[in-house]
Amino acid sequence: MAAILEDRKRIIVKEGIKIGLQLEHSIKEPKSASTKEPKTASTTAPSQAAVALRMLDVSKSFSNSKGGSKVHVLDQITLDVKQGEFVSIIGPSGSGKSTLFHLIGGLLRPDQGSIFIHDQLVTGETGHVSYMPQQPALFPWRTIQDNVILARELTGRSKKELRGEAASWLEKAGLQGYEKAYPHMLSGGMQQRAAFVRAMMSPHELMLLDEPFSALDALTRSEMQRWLLAQWEEHRRSVLFVTHSIEEALLLSDSIYVLSHRPASVLKRIEVPFPRPRRDTLTRSADFVELKAQLSSLLQGDQSI
Amino acid sequence: MNRRRWSQAGPPLAAVLLLLVVWQLAVMLLQVDKWMLPSPIDIAKEAAASVPVLLEHTWATLKLTLLGFTFGAAFGLIVAMLLHPIPLLKRAIYPLIIVSQNIPTIALLPLLMIWFGFGLMPKIVVITLVCFFPITIATMDGLMQTDRTMLHYMRMAGASRSQLFWKLELPHALPSVFSGLKIAATYSVMSAIVAEWLGTDKGIGYYMVLQKAAFRTDRMFVAIAIVVLLSIAMFTIVQWIERRVVHWQQSSKTENELS
Repeated sequence: MAAILEDRKRIIVKEGIKIGLQLEHSIKEPKSASTKEPKTASTTAPSQAAVALRMLDVSKSFSNSKGGSKVHVLDQITLDVKQGEFVSIIGPSGSGKSTLFHLIGGLLRPDQGSIFIHDQLVTGETGHVSYMPQQPALFPWRTIQDNVILARELTGRSKKELRGEAASWLEKAGLQGYEKAYPHMLSGGMQQRAAFVRAMMSPHELMLLDEPFSALDALTRSEMQRWLLAQWEEHRRSVLFVTHSIEEALLLSDSIYVLSHRPASVLKRIEVPFPRPRRDTLTRSADFVELKAQLSSLLQGDQSI
Repeated sequence: MNRRRWSQAGPPLAAVLLLLVVWQLAVMLLQVDKWMLPSPIDIAKEAAASVPVLLEHTWATLKLTLLGFTFGAAFGLIVAMLLHPIPLLKRAIYPLIIVSQNIPTIALLPLLMIWFGFGLMPKIVVITLVCFFPITIATMDGLMQTDRTMLHYMRMAGASRSQLFWKLELPHALPSVFSGLKIAATYSVMSAIVAEWLGTDKGIGYYMVLQKAAFRTDRMFVAIAIVVLLSIAMFTIVQWIERRVVHWQQSSKTENELS
């Protein structure tokens, strides 16, 4: 345990805010970061840096069933999500982002490394996160209100009591009047909002959002981004967000981890300097465009290797 | 709704009517003997003449069918639910269940009679054996096809094994369970008739055996018509229950048709 704590101290990432890419040390070489101070002032995250999620040196490979050859998917991933921080992960497709989520959610065990959620070692354990999948995956036999209470229901509480709690959440998501509707009666965007409410109502603080808007059309998508931004800025949950869209990541997050091609490792951790509350007009500002260009060349540079 | 129901039922009804007309004309024009092939009108006349007797036999067969189907459905569901959570058991038993279907029911009847006598018991066993198969297979397939994303969601949220089953796997498998039940429902009438061939003194199966011995072809056709109607009735009952239990699927189907 002492060794793990020592390790953690070494990899604490400094979070000073500068304009432009705040490129930290490459996390693959944690020793170079040993003298960095914990962050002092930031408008983007609570000042007390309690950690909601910490992955330490997590690696995972899958053995190919045919040839017995191993596919190395994740290579020594180390990342932090502080309490109340919105962190995005971007990377080329096929870089093992779903595997990452399955590891954090406890569906898979890493070959090495450890995962902490709220300072508790949870490697390989389920039931510590709130998950929002790529597809809304609402249960078609449940009404909207019964869908959103699902995670709380699993703790053994009565449906009746929970339905009352769901009402105000659904109203905030603009789903009032749809409490007793079935998922197929809702549009794609509304289903995704219901899935988000389901994640918000989960008793687990840390939220994992797996490309939640990728299946939506462009118009609905930007509408949902704005909505998510407002919801998150109101509630400030700890979020780990996987996306393919650089713009989406920049608009929503406090920090962004850029993953490399397979086997995925952390190329960079980037602090997003824009103050909150954010508007989507931000996407037209010069700083935003500049950051976006740098990020995309970072991603393309990796892909061309 | 009504209009749609008619547009669905119309074509098959017309086809049946056409067939009956052709049959009637063929028998009349070709002057087929009545004991060889009676005309539809002859059959209808015969049916009308023996309504009280037929009702009694039909009622007996219906009771047997319902009883056997209930046992078969319960047995089939229990087998599927027991095999599903234990992969080793499933791998061991599943092929046996498939192979068991190659044993003709008729061949089992003498054995069942030796073991269980002539009462209700061997007949129920026959129907149960016939019915459980499609239900078990359909239920197990349904349980295996649980949506991966929903499964991941439930497991990440910390659902226990039993919560996974009752809140996700079983409701997700229900449409599949009902297709198994519908197949079993039609099988159940046929197997009830076969079961009645072994010693009994009432039921449509028994009636058929009697009329065959007397070369009453017209009455044989009456019996066949009743068997068909019973099968349709069983199917309709299960479908009616399905509409109420799997309501989300029905409504999403109509939605898709509209859009």
